[in-house]
Amino acid sequence: MTTSNYATERETDEGKVFTVTGGDWDSVVSGTDPINDERIVVNMGPQHPSTHGVLRLILELEGETVREARSVIGYLHTGIEKNLEYRNWVQGSTFVTRMDYLSPLFNETAYALAVEKLLGITDDITERATTIRVLMMELNRISSHLVWVATTAMELGAVNMMLYGFREREYILEIFELVTGLRMNHVYVRPGGVAQDVPDDAVVKIRKFLQVMPKRLKEYENLLSGQPIWIERTKNVAVLDVTGCVALGVTGPVLRSAGLAWDLRKTMPYCGYETYEFDVPTHTDGDVWGRYLVRLAEIRESLKLVEQALDRLGKPGPVMVADKKIAWPAQLAIGVDGMGNSLEHVAKIMGQSMESLIHHFKLVTEGFRVPPGQVYAAVESPRGELGVHAVSDGGTRPYRVHYREPSFVNLQALPAMAEGGLIADVIAGGASLDPVMGGCDR
Amino acid sequence: MTAPSDKPNTGGVPVPVTPAGASSGAPAEYPPSSPAGRGMFGIQGTGDVSGFGGLVRPRKPVEGSPRPYGGYFDDVRDALEEAYPEFDEAIEKVVVDRGELTLHVRPERIAEVCQVMRDDLALRFELCSSVSGVDYLGADERRLHVVYQLTSMTYRRRVRLEAAVSVEDPHLPSVTGIYPTADWQERETYDMFGIVFDGHPNLTRILMPDDWEGHPQRKDYPLGGVPVEYKGAEIPPPDRRRSYQ
Repeated sequence: MTTSNYATERETDEGKVFTVTGGDWDSVVSGTDPINDERIVVNMGPQHPSTHGVLRLILELEGETVREARSVIGYLHTGIEKNLEYRNWVQGSTFVTRMDYLSPLFNETAYALAVEKLLGITDDITERATTIRVLMMELNRISSHLVWVATTAMELGAVNMMLYGFREREYILEIFELVTGLRMNHVYVRPGGVAQDVPDDAVVKIRKFLQVMPKRLKEYENLLSGQPIWIERTKNVAVLDVTGCVALGVTGPVLRSAGLAWDLRKTMPYCGYETYEFDVPTHTDGDVWGRYLVRLAEIRESLKLVEQALDRLGKPGPVMVADKKIAWPAQLAIGVDGMGNSLEHVAKIMGQSMESLIHHFKLVTEGFRVPPGQVYAAVESPRGELGVHAVSDGGTRPYRVHYREPSFVNLQALPAMAEGGLIADVIAGGASLDPVMGGCDR
Repeated sequence: MTAPSDKPNTGGVPVPVTPAGASSGAPAEYPPSSPAGRGMFGIQGTGDVSGFGGLVRPRKPVEGSPRPYGGYFDDVRDALEEAYPEFDEAIEKVVVDRGELTLHVRPERIAEVCQVMRDDLALRFELCSSVSGVDYLGADERRLHVVYQLTSMTYRRRVRLEAAVSVEDPHLPSVTGIYPTADWQERETYDMFGIVFDGHPNLTRILMPDDWEGHPQRKDYPLGGVPVEYKGAEIPPPDRRRSYQ
């Protein structure tokens, strides 16, 4: 037998350093002196299957107990906020949808709401556009929570749950593809409305989803809720109470699992959420188990909202503001290769109307001007308060856009949850925050 | 044998010639010296052919709003004035715009104001939703603004605090002692704008690598990027494309 390649050790100024690649803890344990090296520092990530993306954790361990935990982020920083300043306001949607890749429609809607507030056209957004936004956001919330259940269960050992969660999410992605033309990075919600109306076959597909999903939720509960390992690994793990949540800025399901029913859809309504009937699920334990129950209950509430929004879609109407100086000029249509300008529109601007062509060209290349000022618009994303601080200097490009990303803010709570607990619970605690590094690092 | 020419040999590349009568300095009057590497459509200068290329957009300074502000804004101001006797010294102006209240705070007072905003029973801004920066280069002498979005969960209100510092002295007190959530957000603001929050427990870079030089979100920090060739045409990086003033 040859000597193993992993867990090679070397001496440094700061002590002994092991390079661990998996399944080799014995060599680390035998290499440390339990009397003199009471604490070992473990670097976890940024490439690690259980850290929910490129999150790096530095854990100081005493035996199996975590004494100090620090998270290192920035591995997925793409400078989206800086890039926005070099594109026009409409192009901004293309960027922001790529931030939090599990909830792109929330990123888009928050951005659209901010731009509309800056333009002062919030009240001009058509009812149908708002209803479609709610419909799409709630479907997105379900898909995001499904990924959460799937990945968290997988990280805690329930691999089959991962398959089921992704299976149902796939169904929602198919709905998204039908409506927006794309499975992610939709750029569907735009300043002024939405890119195009919901096609009829998508409505049929969503109705079918509404029938299937409650049964599937029941399956998840049968699979997990009574499962002794799942209960052991989630109950009383990574507890954070309301005070801790508010101090650390944690919002969303984590805050609600601690008992505070703070949901922007109810407390500071936008997009007409005050006219829908739904509940804000809460729990009082503030642990991973509570967060699991809250998220499952939120899927049920979102199903209710989707159904109500679908019923309202019966009434036809425009999905873009009437103002032709803001509304995207092209009628979009889904072709064989995805969504693009409709052929009738292209025929009109190229063959019939010179003015339409000029208008199209000006609006697409130059874009509209936004009066100077600043606004803050926030929506309740699956992870908490997603806020957009948008500043305009009166030009055709955003002067500054800042995203208050719930993933970024919530991750600060990880040391508070992990320190003093077992190393295995770091995984459960971190996963229960549902951080998406694309959103966190932007 | 060709006829002798007094023109220098340029290898067949056209040499830029100033058109007769050119005087205004408009970009269109100076053809590009080389068709490649001159921005989109081979244009020099701003590339703006709309005639508005020389337009300088005046920026009006933000002015304080007159009372009454409407909504809960008057209540917030009254409550803060009552709870914080140094209101007049600390608050530079109160702006109400698009249904949002902004208090411009002297930077050295920001932590005190936050403390009162959080603790006073009539204010109760328990949650600091967001801390970020804006660089008003050319519009304000104290060009770096720190923006705090405070949320009152009790009264369901929002308020924005804004504190302006200069690049030469980019210091203001940290609010991490009042709102622990400001920790990472202040680090991000430091990382992106170089604003130093005095009293922050660990003010290091957070998004950029530790050894990065410069603060990327400042307006005088270039976006960067390289030209990209697409189907034979060269597309310049975004910050060197045609833009509209």
